[in-house]
Amino acid sequence: MLQVSVYRYNPETDKAPYMKDFEIDTQGKDLMVLDILHLVKEQDSGMAYRRSCREGVCGSDGMNMNGKNGLACITPVSEVAKNNKLVLRPLPGLPVIRDLVVDMTLFYQQYERIQPYLINDTPAPAIERLQSPEERDKLDGLYECILCACCSTSCPSFWWNPDKFVGPSGLLQAYRFLIDSRDTATRERLSELDDPFSVFRCRGIMNCVAVCPKGLNPTRAIGHIRDMLLANAT
Amino acid sequence: MVTNITNFGRSGLSDWLMQRVTAVILLVYTLFLVGFFLGNSDLDYLTWTALFQATWMRIFSLLALVSLAAHAWIGLWTVSTDYLKPTGIRLVFQAVVALALFAFVVWGVQLLWGV
Repeated sequence: MLQVSVYRYNPETDKAPYMKDFEIDTQGKDLMVLDILHLVKEQDSGMAYRRSCREGVCGSDGMNMNGKNGLACITPVSEVAKNNKLVLRPLPGLPVIRDLVVDMTLFYQQYERIQPYLINDTPAPAIERLQSPEERDKLDGLYECILCACCSTSCPSFWWNPDKFVGPSGLLQAYRFLIDSRDTATRERLSELDDPFSVFRCRGIMNCVAVCPKGLNPTRAIGHIRDMLLANAT
Repeated sequence: MVTNITNFGRSGLSDWLMQRVTAVILLVYTLFLVGFFLGNSDLDYLTWTALFQATWMRIFSLLALVSLAAHAWIGLWTVSTDYLKPTGIRLVFQAVVALALFAFVVWGVQLLWGV
């Protein structure tokens, strides 16, 4: 039997959040954390969490498992449970809507701010805008981000200034468009980032790198943005 | 773009660069002083005053002092914008830090040229 402790909070009925304990029979199998949540929901149908693809692609079920953010669907219980105990909490730092469901508005606003789309002023050619294999290689390790928010909500700088610091996820995406050979708005993008908060509130804590379920490295991307800003301004 | 009027250089990049440059200056100054102590194990008052009467040492010391003030301002400004959310408290904290650093620099000049 696995001991599972789940964060519960319904703002309409609860004065304060509380932890609710469950005993789950895993039948000796090493299930994914999301499977455990299904079994918990069989015992308590009122419990709320997000999930969709259940294979680490949609990024819906980012949560805090025994203190570390990750995707419940691709995290085996054996990887996070300690002493046969699993503790599930919502992503830290964002307002809780209910139980494990958080309000991602602040996260999406930062994503929107970096203009996550290709900007190109030149007339559209008859065919696609072509890239050399080398130019395309630069996007590897950047485009794979699924916006699960595991990184940004594990970042203390994002906790303190979610309205001003773009956060690791947004900055990884910012660099993805800064380095794209087809994008012509590099200067405008950089000038939007040159303040003490948007990029420079990153203090190199690297929680983002430690938790990214896709194995991406936002800290390195932030370093590249700093290099570009420096090259542009000195 | 997030606007700011109380940070050191009005730009995140200039603050970031200044923080690193001043850190290097402080490191070199510290290493120099440690080296000086190690190379003068029988250090006496005359050697010590002779060192600080040299113009290059005064320039070096003032540079280190100004670097310390800039470094401390950038660092503490960052801390205040992270942790002090009420504007009034944050502004008072920043004013106290700025005044203290200004006083330290003036006091330091007085000490350096008073030797």
